[in-house]
Amino acid sequence: MSVGTVEQRYETVVGLEVHVELATRSKMFCSCPTDFGAPPNTQVCPVCLGLPGALPVPNARAIEYALRAALALGCEIDRECRWDRKNYHYPDLPKGYQITQYARPLARHGTLRYAGGDGERSVRIRRLHMEEDTGKSTHEGMPGGTTGVDLNRAGVPLIEIVSEPDIRGPEDARLYLQSLRTVLLYTRVSDVKMEEGSLRCDANVSLRPVGTQAYGALVEVKNMNSFRSVQRALEYEVHRQAAALDAGERIVRETRHWDEKRGVTFPSRSKEEAHDYRYFPEPDLGPCALTEAYVEQVRASLPEAPGARQARYERLGLPAHDAGVLVADPALALYFDRMLAGGAAPREGASLLTVELLGRLNALGVTVGESGCRVQPEQLAALQELVASGVISGKIAKDVLDEMVAGGADPQAVVARRGLQQISDDGAIVDAVRSAIAVNPQSVADFRAGKKQALGFLVGQVMKATKGKANPAKVNEILARELG
Amino acid sequence: MELYEWPAHRIHRGLVTGEVSAREVALATLDRIGQVESSVGAYLHLRPREDVLADADAVDAALRRGESLAAFGGVPVAIKDNMCCRLLPTTCASRILEGFHPPYDATAVTRLQGQRAVLLGNTNMDEFAMGSSTEHSAGGVTRNPWDLGRVPGGSSGGSAAAVAAGEAVVALGSDTGGSVRQPAAFCGVVGLKPTYGRVSRFGLVAFASSLDQIGPFGRDVRDVALLLGAVAGHDPADATSRPAEVPDFEAALVPDCRGLRLGVPREFLAAGVSPEVRAAIAAAVDLLVELGAEVQECSLPTVPYALDAYYVIAPAEASSNLARFEGVRFGRRAQGTSDYVEMFRRSRGEGFGPEVRRRIMLGTYALSAGYYDQYYGKAQQVRTLICREFEEALSGYAALVTPTAPSVAFGFAEKMDDPLQMYASDVCTVPINLAGLPAVSLPCGFSNGLPIGLQFIGRAFDEETILRLAYAYEQAADLRHRRPPIVAPRG
Repeated sequence: MSVGTVEQRYETVVGLEVHVELATRSKMFCSCPTDFGAPPNTQVCPVCLGLPGALPVPNARAIEYALRAALALGCEIDRECRWDRKNYHYPDLPKGYQITQYARPLARHGTLRYAGGDGERSVRIRRLHMEEDTGKSTHEGMPGGTTGVDLNRAGVPLIEIVSEPDIRGPEDARLYLQSLRTVLLYTRVSDVKMEEGSLRCDANVSLRPVGTQAYGALVEVKNMNSFRSVQRALEYEVHRQAAALDAGERIVRETRHWDEKRGVTFPSRSKEEAHDYRYFPEPDLGPCALTEAYVEQVRASLPEAPGARQARYERLGLPAHDAGVLVADPALALYFDRMLAGGAAPREGASLLTVELLGRLNALGVTVGESGCRVQPEQLAALQELVASGVISGKIAKDVLDEMVAGGADPQAVVARRGLQQISDDGAIVDAVRSAIAVNPQSVADFRAGKKQALGFLVGQVMKATKGKANPAKVNEILARELG
Repeated sequence: MELYEWPAHRIHRGLVTGEVSAREVALATLDRIGQVESSVGAYLHLRPREDVLADADAVDAALRRGESLAAFGGVPVAIKDNMCCRLLPTTCASRILEGFHPPYDATAVTRLQGQRAVLLGNTNMDEFAMGSSTEHSAGGVTRNPWDLGRVPGGSSGGSAAAVAAGEAVVALGSDTGGSVRQPAAFCGVVGLKPTYGRVSRFGLVAFASSLDQIGPFGRDVRDVALLLGAVAGHDPADATSRPAEVPDFEAALVPDCRGLRLGVPREFLAAGVSPEVRAAIAAAVDLLVELGAEVQECSLPTVPYALDAYYVIAPAEASSNLARFEGVRFGRRAQGTSDYVEMFRRSRGEGFGPEVRRRIMLGTYALSAGYYDQYYGKAQQVRTLICREFEEALSGYAALVTPTAPSVAFGFAEKMDDPLQMYASDVCTVPINLAGLPAVSLPCGFSNGLPIGLQFIGRAFDEETILRLAYAYEQAADLRHRRPPIVAPRG
């Protein structure tokens, strides 16, 4: 019998290899477009088809994007990084080799910091390198037994980000990946969508008895297609390995596939592991030769990192959770920054954005930063100011926002056109209060008998009579005086 | 001199002055092809006669309109069958590319067409440029115009033979380890390997990417200088082509060697170089001294290892470059296979000849895990040393003088059963490719009626000096008017 939980007995050691498709308009080594979902083999040319005599020419924009990602992860840059060939045969690899970086990657020694389950986490990045994507083999829609090859994706630029084995469990792996995604979103180099394959993740997992240092046998897990499946696959794998170790078995070093439907990992065919990639320097391409000035120029162009942004929002008085919601989505954070620049109060502005505006946009299926969102951050800031200065009530603000979302109007214009200005004029409110007291003698009696909630009913009657435009503070004050 | 024997610069003058028409020039070459091609076998694919004449007529029409004429406008040219050209099948003399029509043109071909050169066809070669005799061709035999019982050299044997026999005025070849210079020497014409990066490789089917260069053949040095100028220059489609300015190479052709210090590296005259070649080089050196050069013996001690390093590096790159030929997207596919792996294996097995298969295996082995350091890694170290030695030698000398090949053209089948013997015929040319330097070969004498090649090796991006030396030597030696006595094949 083993004593204690799996987590108490074994330490889980995880390293992640993440592939990210860069959102350049053209491919890594030719000028073909990279658009997703075009008919098969329509975005190809002699270079990415691997025709005889065609030669690769590096895409400067792709190198810039890779550099942005590397700098955002605090990596050291190898300004003379090289290209290598990784040789293997596969129908979707037209040249019979992939151009990648092996001995001299673009970047090494980075760090990713993020909020973990129990405090701040820091995972070292071993290397970040550039490479080209392969095509896709497909059996769907093909006549019986045949395989189709679509080379539209062949040559799309990728970066591979390899972590050190610093990740300590399935949940930590998911948090690392989500945080990596956020950092990359801020650099605007990729749309990082796991479902569309622009973010792909393989995991190396091993267990070791708690308190020991030597790594256990490494198992590589592939085919995880969402953040949730990364966590689930690793949870499965941790328990599988623990059970094997408990039973006195040895863990086999192998590659396993995650089966999302069955919720298990299973060994891939061993043939795939027998590869000798015969890496050697790509003779068609020289070293990258990035100047220091260029690297610094790219560094200077990076937007504020998510961690720094979180801290800034908290300093402005936002609760950590609210700040986190904004920071997790760069489009939202940029929208919020523009609201702040437009004069919005931080806390109230954040609430107006994340609760009121996002709620309405979700219903329309759009988000901020898209053309479907017709409310500009400056307009939302103006709406918040109308509430803050007492021109309209918070309740009226919601009606105004409805109209802004529907028609893109300025809040001032909506308020003026519909006469929604709050009634702060004492005379008008006194009339409404007196009338409410006159027609509700029972409530008045209840209030005088000490039932405080009766006051609320009377306030409601006054608001109803003024169509919500009476200043609620004034109503309370005058009602108390008239009853007193 | 018959019209088909005119060099390009003479044709240019004739066209500009109206002395001849482009049609007459094209007809002369086409007739010559009609007379001797069955004996020589220089071409793999000839364009239809009417297409060739139409191109020539277009040049005549342009002249009549008063348009200016580029150096190769109206000049009949040939290209090697490893340069993509939409007008012709491009097969690299291999069964695996049977029927392949490239959908694009090599940059060098585009540049020639931009000058309105009249393209005749493409020429025979060793399969994928792997060989030194053009015998490793799936497309038939090319014979040396000086002796139809001997090989024209290789791998650009077809281009060299075509120019020597008057079946083209000039031609392009490619040189990975001597494939322009050695056949130039064997066929008694001028051939130049430019500095690596001087001519775009885009559209040249790769053999060994770090060594390959397209180079010109001509019957005299001036034509070679002009043809180099026509195809040289930076190409954004080739990341290894250098943005160096292209000089006026013709302006470098001065008929003396005054003020030039030349080195004769003794390693290039070591055992294995035949006595008649040695004697011809010694006589050539004497003539260079008469022309004003100062000549000294020198040494490049690592050069004897160049052949070994080359036959690791070139096959290693080739094993990777040739991975794309699997009969799926282009070329010849094996029939009657039931799965991908079988189709792939059989297409390659049937498509590649024995020498190509040998080099793919050599290269794959040299790059394998556990052998990489011993073979590829070590060969790269040798390459670095050789580069450094050439650089040092050329800091003291304007150029180096060597034989182009250790012997004159050899007979058919003489070396086919012994690959090492065949490889040794590149011993004088391979080191220059490893160093990426320019070198030119030109005739410097004859032995039993067979031409001997003299090689000048220059500094990187200094083709001008070696062209000047070649020109001065050519003018003084006055061998260039000797023409091969093509006789009908025996038997």
